[in-house]
Amino acid sequence: MRDLRRWLLSLSGLAAFVAVWALAVALSSTHVVPSPWRVARGLAELAVTGALFKHTIASLFRVTWGYLLGVLLGVPAGLLLGWSGRAARTFDPFIQLFRPISPLAWIPIAILWFGVGDPPAVFIIFLGSFFPITVASMNAVANVNATHINVARNFGLSSYQLVRRVLLPAVTPDLVVGMRLTLGIAWLVVVAAEMIAVNSGLGFLIIDSRNAGNRYDLVIAGMVMVGLVGLGLDVVMRRVERFDGLRWSYGAANTADAAEGARP
Amino acid sequence: MSAGAPKPLGRAKVKLAVHGVSMAYPAHDKPIQVLDKIDLDVREGEFVCIVGPSGCGKSTLLNIIGGFVQGTAGEVRIDGEAVTGPDRRRIFVFQERGVLPWLTVAENIGFGLYDLPPAERRARVANYVNLVGLRGFEDAYPQELSGGMKQRVEVARALAVDPDVLYLDEPFGALDSITRLTMRSELLRIWAAEKKTILFVTHDIEESVQLADRVAVMSARPGRIQKIVDVDLPHPRDLSDPRYLAIRDSIFEEIGIAHRV
Amino acid sequence: MNPSRRAEAVLLPLLVAAALLLAWHWAVIHTHTRIFPSPEKVARGVRELARRGVLFPYIGASLFRVGSGFLLATLLGVPLGSVMGRYRGAATALNPLVQVLRPISPLAWIPLAIVFFGVTNLSTIFLIFLASFFPIVVSTMNAVRAIPVIYLRAAQNFGFSGLALWARVILPAILPQLLTGLRLALGVAWLVVVAAEMIAVDSGLGYLILDARNAGKRYDLVVAGMLLIGVIGLALDVAMRRVERLRWLRWGFSGR
Repeated sequence: MRDLRRWLLSLSGLAAFVAVWALAVALSSTHVVPSPWRVARGLAELAVTGALFKHTIASLFRVTWGYLLGVLLGVPAGLLLGWSGRAARTFDPFIQLFRPISPLAWIPIAILWFGVGDPPAVFIIFLGSFFPITVASMNAVANVNATHINVARNFGLSSYQLVRRVLLPAVTPDLVVGMRLTLGIAWLVVVAAEMIAVNSGLGFLIIDSRNAGNRYDLVIAGMVMVGLVGLGLDVVMRRVERFDGLRWSYGAANTADAAEGARP
Repeated sequence: MSAGAPKPLGRAKVKLAVHGVSMAYPAHDKPIQVLDKIDLDVREGEFVCIVGPSGCGKSTLLNIIGGFVQGTAGEVRIDGEAVTGPDRRRIFVFQERGVLPWLTVAENIGFGLYDLPPAERRARVANYVNLVGLRGFEDAYPQELSGGMKQRVEVARALAVDPDVLYLDEPFGALDSITRLTMRSELLRIWAAEKKTILFVTHDIEESVQLADRVAVMSARPGRIQKIVDVDLPHPRDLSDPRYLAIRDSIFEEIGIAHRV
Repeated sequence: MNPSRRAEAVLLPLLVAAALLLAWHWAVIHTHTRIFPSPEKVARGVRELARRGVLFPYIGASLFRVGSGFLLATLLGVPLGSVMGRYRGAATALNPLVQVLRPISPLAWIPLAIVFFGVTNLSTIFLIFLASFFPIVVSTMNAVRAIPVIYLRAAQNFGFSGLALWARVILPAILPQLLTGLRLALGVAWLVVVAAEMIAVDSGLGYLILDARNAGKRYDLVVAGMLLIGVIGLALDVAMRRVERLRWLRWGFSGR
């Protein structure tokens, strides 16, 4: 019973949003902005023709490669920068300089270097994931409890052992959270990149629906799909955070004294 | 120093020698002097407590002795050999903060035994799990333990590698008073059984007199060793023994506080 | 930091910067590219922009849009996030909506932004608002949830409730975490300026990049625009970190 009420409540925000939208469209008698109903039909239309599936897969494909590249290079780079003060002093200014440059600003250069099609899009997503995951890995190392490092030194661990047995386990929870947030950014970027650089994917679907015939129902259908897939990716990554091997890190949040706020 | 004192340890050889150790931290205008020319000898198998008001630098001193921090002057020698860094023969017990949260109780206790064959490691871990009374909790994660249990995990992990010296930095500070009393007698039992040299930092004067062979009393910043008090009483100590009370009161006086509430 | 490290922190990046510039210069010469500019050409590009009198107006236009969108997002996002953090029911009702809207790239809103606001500054400000609004809501909500219950009980015990409770206890309690959240959201807002200015506005650094490419393949100006965005973004970040470190906010750091 309580679960049902909670479930209804959790839908109420979405329902209210859709209701206000429907009402606003009806009252303003606009011909441009579609009603929720028309968007639903648009989604169905896209699903039937297979366009929805095709464009979603295209976006996921690009995001996977760009994101994986970003993680594969960014995590080791970030760990190194976090561990070595000298490496951080040398390279941190450059990371801070390049990080605020929108991946989209690279589009002209990406096209110049990689031509058209998937490679420039993957490159842009790579850039969009590389900097956040590097910074997250760096911070994860900085947050490692100094006492734990001292314990490792006290028990005479070699550098390799110290990295494997203390540093990596200690940074893993932070790292997984960083990877989730970075995947969110990569997903934001892929849609943007597809609006400019390629002719498939959900971003392309949105911009194309507008340019070819002002089909705003399909524009919003595309946006809904972007939102749902993004949410799905987030949920999957949260599952990883709850993975059994990380049980130790979230146990604290569940204990009564943390809930009571005994530890600020 | 009380070299000629008629104590059972009086003739034991010096295990650990601290000579002229000073520590200053850089600050805006002039460096903050935390420790000022500390001298201290600890004999083999001896239990020495360092007491002092908070902020007197006693933890810093222990960290220098442990090799985690470099002092600005002076040196620490163990068995005549200068300390340059932490070493597996001398284990530091960090309250319960040093328990590694991603390892279970058994994995934590076996943390320093990486060069033993697995079977021997398991046996050693089981032995120390029993010693500190954590049977049944081998597979628990530290988050699931109380403060006192985590403290015992750290002590067991330290003992498992069979070190010569144990450094304990206010190890029982975070425990409730009942657990603290139990842990004290447990530590004494282990000390008697395993013959370790123990250097124990605390701000609790009663605790120091209950445990130590000698108590080094430190003054407030800059930390100096103000006096070294012999506690020439057999264990288990009777806490109403007039001699116990006299020693305790002399330390209270030394630090300059009345012991009446 | 001790003096030798401080020197290292200046010298090493300078060395790497010099090496990178040399490598870039050498690569341009060696590949005989006509399109990709050399560092000198980029520097000349920046000077050209200054001479044409568009450099500072463009920077100003971008900062104005980011500032307005971000300010609006803060003014709406912090109260909403506070309510969602304080009342479980509000979070249950609104969180699904926030979570669905949040992953939608601000760029995907461009068609609708134009429908709503036309091709105006308002459209770009709306996009930047969207980009920073959701991160601010989520970080505020998390910060409020992390307030130890005892603070709230103590305040209620002393008779605080409603707005007074928010102003006297909740806001000060979340301030350090909130400022970090705002800094990150400002970073996101600045990231989006390029995207937002792709709407056919005719000023701003994002506009500069796209226009320089489309009108005459002026890649020197493309790179100049990128570097300007990087430098200003860095400056914004540094400024926000300064604010976080103000003495009366510092308690949040020792609490870790």
